[in-house]
Amino acid sequence: MTAFRPRIDRERCIGAGMCALTAPDVFDQDPDDGRVVLLDAEPSAAHRTATRLAAGACPSGAITLDGPEGNKDS
Amino acid sequence: MGESLHTVTMLPTTRRPGCPFDPPEELLEARRHGPISRLIHPGGMPGWLITGYDLVRSVLADSRFSARKELLNVVDYQLPPAPPGEFLLMDEPQHGRYRKPLVGRFTVRRMRLLTERVERVTAECLDAMEEAGPPADLVTAFAKPIPAVIICELLGVPYADRGSFQEQIDTFMGGESNEEELIAAYTATQDYLAELVAAKRAHPTDDVLSELTDSDLTDEELKGVALVLLAGGIDTTANMLSLGTFALLQNPSQLAALRADPALADRTVEELLRYLSVAKSFMRTALEDVEVGGQIIEAGTTVVLSYHTANHDPGRFADPHVLDVRRQSVGHLAFGHGIHQCLGQQLARVELRVALPALFRRFPTLRLAVPAEEVDLRPETADIYGVRSLPVAWDRERS
Repeated sequence: MTAFRPRIDRERCIGAGMCALTAPDVFDQDPDDGRVVLLDAEPSAAHRTATRLAAGACPSGAITLDGPEGNKDS
Repeated sequence: MGESLHTVTMLPTTRRPGCPFDPPEELLEARRHGPISRLIHPGGMPGWLITGYDLVRSVLADSRFSARKELLNVVDYQLPPAPPGEFLLMDEPQHGRYRKPLVGRFTVRRMRLLTERVERVTAECLDAMEEAGPPADLVTAFAKPIPAVIICELLGVPYADRGSFQEQIDTFMGGESNEEELIAAYTATQDYLAELVAAKRAHPTDDVLSELTDSDLTDEELKGVALVLLAGGIDTTANMLSLGTFALLQNPSQLAALRADPALADRTVEELLRYLSVAKSFMRTALEDVEVGGQIIEAGTTVVLSYHTANHDPGRFADPHVLDVRRQSVGHLAFGHGIHQCLGQQLARVELRVALPALFRRFPTLRLAVPAEEVDLRPETADIYGVRSLPVAWDRERS
């Protein structure tokens, strides 16, 4: 079974901060350029709902999810 | 689907009496026919109106649609390109050139560092209200000064200059000024910003504008950026604060829920953003023929995206016309979507999150001082919806 893994694309990221707001245990923003930083490569079950919300809320499509319950496309 | 396609003539729209927070009836009617409708723009040219959540979101994320001002095909004369620095109405790579150096200054973390400062400014406004006693106009006593003080401090605009600046911004955003007044306000703002940028270059201080003088942006460009940030930071949040207070006062059970459980503040803010959607709509122009919701939007045609109606789409938010502070509203389009999503949204959240609960804590008996029907609302022509004034009262002895 594959793990639940968020993937980030810093080139697509526009630094809106929706991920850091919605799933602060999983995502942060780089203090210099404001772009996404992945804090937790394999979020535990407790953080999955927030991670999915964050991926859905990302305005630039910079977060995709692999693994069970993730969106399979990348 | 083609035969039943609903056609809307853009202006005027009106909100139903007694429903100042719902989208105008014409837009709700359009959405009942489907998420995309034909539209006649003010200049008579054909266009499209998108009112469904999914379609608004997909257009905003689609680089085949342009935000460029000069491409807007809505009036019968050629619009000029956006002035230097006004990156809302630009595409990549120009947009990114302006936005990128700003992004690091508006992160969740940096904006949260302003919490204490917002608390103090809010407390000062509330002290002044309390001292003067009821009634008060919440717009001038509370909603306008808080975001204005904060964005001016962030940018490094001297406090003494704030008054005249705010009047000019009101003229731009209020939707009630004639051409002459708009030009006068714009010119005065440009002159002021030119002086300000020159001053920051000569004597940099610890603020965003001074930092930007270190980038490759010219003075002309910096003026435009400063205007975008000031206008965006002052008028939008001010209207969220005043209209948000009005909405909570009109929904006493929701206000009671927030008072009983302060942990609901974050959700309340998101829900008010969704429910009120004060930045009501934006436009995009197709760069090529694009299929949207089963319709072909031809190259060069401008679509109007109603954020407000999309945020009241029952397909996305159950009982959308109900204010529900417990709702999970994440994903709303109040700040837009795609590469242009609001740069200052995390600042707005901190301001709303701090100021609204503080207001209701300070004045537990806060109420409208006029009947709700008499509250003076901005006209539908305003870019940003809101109230012109909000007379409120409270019981002195209990506050």
